[in-house]
Amino acid sequence: MKFTFKGGIHPFEGKELTMDKEVKEYLPKGDMVYPLSQHIGAPAKAVVKKGDRVLVGQLIAEAGGFVSANIHSSVSGTVKAIEPRLTASGSKVNSIVVENDSLYESVEFKGNTKPLDEISKEEILDAIKAAGVVGMGGAGFPTHVKLSPKEPDKIDTIIVNASECEPYLTSDYRRIMDEADKVVGGLRIVLTMFPGAKGIIGIENNKPKAIKLLKEKVAEFDNITVNVLKTKYPEGAERQLIYANTGRYINSKMLPADVGCIVHNVDTVYAIYEAVREGRPLIDRLVTISGDAVKEPCNILTKMGTSYAELIEAAGGFKSTPEKIISGGPMMGKALYSVEVPAMKSTSAILCMSKDEVAEYEESPCIRCGKCVSVCPGRVMPNTLATLVENNNIDEFLKLNGMECCECGCCSYVCPAKRHLTQTIAGARKLVLANNKK
Amino acid sequence: MDMNSIIIAAVVVAAVGILAGLLLGIASEKFKVQVDEKEVAVRELLPGNNCGGCGYPGCDGLAAAIAQGKASPSGCPVGGDEIANKIAEIVGGDADAVKMVAYVMCAGDCNKAKDAYEYVGPKDCKIATNAPGAGPKACSYGCMGFGSCVAACQFDAIKIIDGIAVVDKDKCKSCGMCVAECPRHIIKMIPYEAGAVVECNSKDFGKDVKAVCQSGCIGCGICQKNCPEGAITVENFLAKVDYDKCTGCGTCKEKCPVKIIK
Repeated sequence: MKFTFKGGIHPFEGKELTMDKEVKEYLPKGDMVYPLSQHIGAPAKAVVKKGDRVLVGQLIAEAGGFVSANIHSSVSGTVKAIEPRLTASGSKVNSIVVENDSLYESVEFKGNTKPLDEISKEEILDAIKAAGVVGMGGAGFPTHVKLSPKEPDKIDTIIVNASECEPYLTSDYRRIMDEADKVVGGLRIVLTMFPGAKGIIGIENNKPKAIKLLKEKVAEFDNITVNVLKTKYPEGAERQLIYANTGRYINSKMLPADVGCIVHNVDTVYAIYEAVREGRPLIDRLVTISGDAVKEPCNILTKMGTSYAELIEAAGGFKSTPEKIISGGPMMGKALYSVEVPAMKSTSAILCMSKDEVAEYEESPCIRCGKCVSVCPGRVMPNTLATLVENNNIDEFLKLNGMECCECGCCSYVCPAKRHLTQTIAGARKLVLANNKK
Repeated sequence: MDMNSIIIAAVVVAAVGILAGLLLGIASEKFKVQVDEKEVAVRELLPGNNCGGCGYPGCDGLAAAIAQGKASPSGCPVGGDEIANKIAEIVGGDADAVKMVAYVMCAGDCNKAKDAYEYVGPKDCKIATNAPGAGPKACSYGCMGFGSCVAACQFDAIKIIDGIAVVDKDKCKSCGMCVAECPRHIIKMIPYEAGAVVECNSKDFGKDVKAVCQSGCIGCGICQKNCPEGAITVENFLAKVDYDKCTGCGTCKEKCPVKIIK
């Protein structure tokens, strides 16, 4: 096993800004906003109404289907409204707004303290479902759905994605350094659901301290290994991670379960541990606040629903006027046009940049250097695909496997002509997906 | 070479020629393709753009459909009244075609409507709708002006003026390609002689519309109350004209407080 994949890039990492800083806990002051759709799948259904008093950890919206997730309040207070509010995706989403009374009165959390081999699969699934755990790497896929594959016997590998390949992001790293026991504990809980499976923690070799710590923690368990992967973006993309760890290749039409794998983010397995062992719903997460326009870059233990503006203030505010603020990592995150948006389950970082390096250059014609083709981890030809999209030739786009693009952004990063390759291909992919749904 | 061989050769060639000619003549009669004369006549009248605006595979397809009575004589949106009448003479039937034109239901140009942010990326409406907030325009219903409709128009009838698309109604052949292309569904087909057009597509609450655009329908309902024909209805804070009832009296234009009915 080479622990790497074809293609990829080596962007500026910027992780040292926040890597070794202690995690701050931030108690929000303003109104809390809980979008009902912060996961993939059906939006949750509100179970509270205007004027209700809610407590920390109380269920305020229940899953609106199998592929959906519960949402809990992260503060105590009164429900102020249920109305469309702006989210980090840029569109308005129906949200529950809670006025925070700063008392933090909590419901009682009851965890399952039975020994690991006595807990049944159903108990684990129910606890995860009740806690509203979703994939916290960015996509927000409900975890209980991921853990209920069609053929559970075929699952032989559970991969914990600790590679955190996006530049600037260190929230997963901090989680490992501070709570390695719970991360490994979460993985062990998942492994009890699939007795035949082995656990792999995949981590890039630019985090030696975390690797050492994890290796110590898993030494006593035969079925868990720590795989040290080559540092390269996008090592943490699901398809690339599976290939690097197992040599199995999946395409856009397949799920990881088709090759016997389930992939979870570090923060997700941590949330699984808390959900099962402590009965704690997913109401807070680590968010990296970083970038060269922030005074004190750091990781903040954020209560869901806190506004980005407050989080940036908590990190010391702006050092200089930011030209660009990104929700998520710089490669795949979304640029924001307002910071009055709430932190959600999939919010991994808020990056404030003093320079907009994308807007600085004019797009120019393709010079056919082929750099994008050589870095593409999805093994497609971004230059050709983008031209086909520009010419509205979607049939040919599909023929050349345009849907295999994972929108990682490597092609745009290396393009010397500064072409908007990823954006163009991603646009066409969304059109095709929308047409398929019709 | 003697004379005989030349004569024999000439006779053989002539005989083969006559024989082949006869065979071809018989074959052309025997295997004749049945062509509907009406269809040929109709096809000659059609413009021949093969734009597909009628919904049939090109002008040939429409001609066949009209000749068989499956499509109305006014089936060609490009040809308009004139051609519809001529076709009606050939195949019979009525050509009560109302000439329709495409209209961009947005007047929020760069002087009147705000942008939420500066957009960097491909200048294509369909791709820009994937940007945060479904595009840089603060109003999520308005025309972004990247010109996907301009590229789709085969008749050079659409231009981007001050950041929004504007249809030249005399050049428009009402093929409907722009209507299908616009990702925000702003372009609608209306009668050429429409008496009143609501130049807005926003289904937002009045206050939200005012915050982002100076020429947006606020859904006040004054037009609905004042229309003598009952042709205007306000749904989702947006006025809509029923062209079967509208007489073009102009009352709504006078009464509209934001002057967006043209």
